[in-house]
Amino acid sequence: MADTTDSPLAPRGAGRAIAHFWMILGVIIVAFPVYYVFIASTHSTSTILRPPLPLLPGPEAAANYGEAFSGRIGQIGGVSLWRLLGNTTLVAMGIAIGKIAISMASAYAIVFFRFPLRMACFWLIFITLMLPVEVRIQPTYKVMVDLGLIDTYPGLILPLIASATATLLFRQFFMTIPDELLEAARVDGAGPWRFFKDILWPLSLTNVAAIFVIQFIYGWTQYLWPLLVTNSNEMNTIVIALKKMVSFTDAETPWNLVMVTSVLAILPPILVVVLMQRWFVKGLVETEK
Amino acid sequence: MRRTVFPHKLLPWLLLAPQLAITLIFFYWPAAQAFRQSVLREDAFGLKTTFVGLANFRKVLGDPAYLNALQVTVIFSALVAFFAMGIALFLAVQAEKVIRGKGFYRTLMIWPYAVAPAIAGMLWLFMFNPSFGTLAWPLRQMGISWNPLLNSNHAMTLVVAASVWKQISYNFLFFVAGLQAIPRSLLEAAAIDGATRRHSFWTIVFPLLAPTTFFLLVVNTVYALFDTFGIIHAVTSGGPGKSTETLVYKVYNDGFVNLIMGDSAAQSVILMLIVIALTAFQFRFIERRVHYG
Repeated sequence: MADTTDSPLAPRGAGRAIAHFWMILGVIIVAFPVYYVFIASTHSTSTILRPPLPLLPGPEAAANYGEAFSGRIGQIGGVSLWRLLGNTTLVAMGIAIGKIAISMASAYAIVFFRFPLRMACFWLIFITLMLPVEVRIQPTYKVMVDLGLIDTYPGLILPLIASATATLLFRQFFMTIPDELLEAARVDGAGPWRFFKDILWPLSLTNVAAIFVIQFIYGWTQYLWPLLVTNSNEMNTIVIALKKMVSFTDAETPWNLVMVTSVLAILPPILVVVLMQRWFVKGLVETEK
Repeated sequence: MRRTVFPHKLLPWLLLAPQLAITLIFFYWPAAQAFRQSVLREDAFGLKTTFVGLANFRKVLGDPAYLNALQVTVIFSALVAFFAMGIALFLAVQAEKVIRGKGFYRTLMIWPYAVAPAIAGMLWLFMFNPSFGTLAWPLRQMGISWNPLLNSNHAMTLVVAASVWKQISYNFLFFVAGLQAIPRSLLEAAAIDGATRRHSFWTIVFPLLAPTTFFLLVVNTVYALFDTFGIIHAVTSGGPGKSTETLVYKVYNDGFVNLIMGDSAAQSVILMLIVIALTAFQFRFIERRVHYG
């Protein structure tokens, strides 16, 4: 009997059970490292150092988290986790919001105005797709030194907010706005600001949310750039601080606090992705293709 | 082409100004510097620079350490792309088969996307480090002298595993979307003709997924080339020996640790050419797809 509601790929009975088995195995492999570090963060260093680690949370959670937040972690110069989380949040938000702002503005200019060198500007932005920070680190670093941006928030944020991808996306979206809409707005006497504020912005919200999630994650997970432009412990992002804390050769490494810091470095972006899943998945799959 | 536009002449420049300024200061100027430095050489005291033409490139390309990094990069990228895409495709096909719990599985599958590469590397190192890693422990009990900090094959396995783990989420989402776009009627027709599920996967589903697969191939290659720097830096620092030193790691190492500017700049320029080639490949391919699609 044909089952028209199912996907033709969907088997029944045993086949479906096997599919569930593989999915559960996949999910366990994918989630295990995160679970492992969470469990480790609730045990004492001596338990962590004596494998195998128990599979259930231990009794040291309050002590570990309390100590980690007290700001006495010597390896990172006694900077408190609040400060590190604050730095990272600021950088991630700065990159996400900054990118959205400047790329929306430039896409707006390119789509809704006519001026000389318009396409030249577009290509100038487009080509930066081919210049990821990794291929120009040394000279970019020198620019930062010359501008005095080492160990500053602008130094952590500015070089990462110019993005061709976001500009391309907004340009593509703006081009789908029907001419009639703009005509009607202009007949009603709306200028560029009014048209943007009352018509374009509300229509762009889904795209903005999608780009926000993707760029927030991008900002939060940065590594090479913060590694280069921060020298002072006070300016570290949590990812860099974590790297500084971990040493397998140093007997003094406070593994319980390392695990707490790992959990705190992972949790905020995971929450953003999971809570904003709808926009994130749509944005990722539809915009990058 | 848009017929109606705003008549302003100055306003668009003001709107473009922030992006153009950042692009020029942080992209074009440094890229130009990289090109300039790649044809110059500094003397030992950094007092005098001389124009040396393509000598830096010849030196880099003739350097066994660079060729080693190139080889490491090719092997590493191939392994990461193959496993990250293979596992994700397998799981996406399984996800397509289940009816209930799809959303639940997806929610759990997308976590690693949000984890920083450097932290992904550290998580795997926690689990598999020789002294207290919970998953290294059974390996040792089984008599395998597992030590990714000393054995180069073990080190490579670990960085590949961490890189694959981090990338599965992304590939999974794209394969799920790709599978959903395959016309149901084709599969039903094949089923009526008596094709087995396995047969219709390889003759219908897999070929129709080609656009997604090619797109992901480019994305995964770029990921393996550049985004895995954090994983390698945090887990192995290119070691043991130079067995996990990729091209990007070497640019960083020569430019910031060994301070050989000319070489580092020449390497940057070579990397830039690789990115340009990949991007061109991607766009050519996308263009073709638009024609046929």
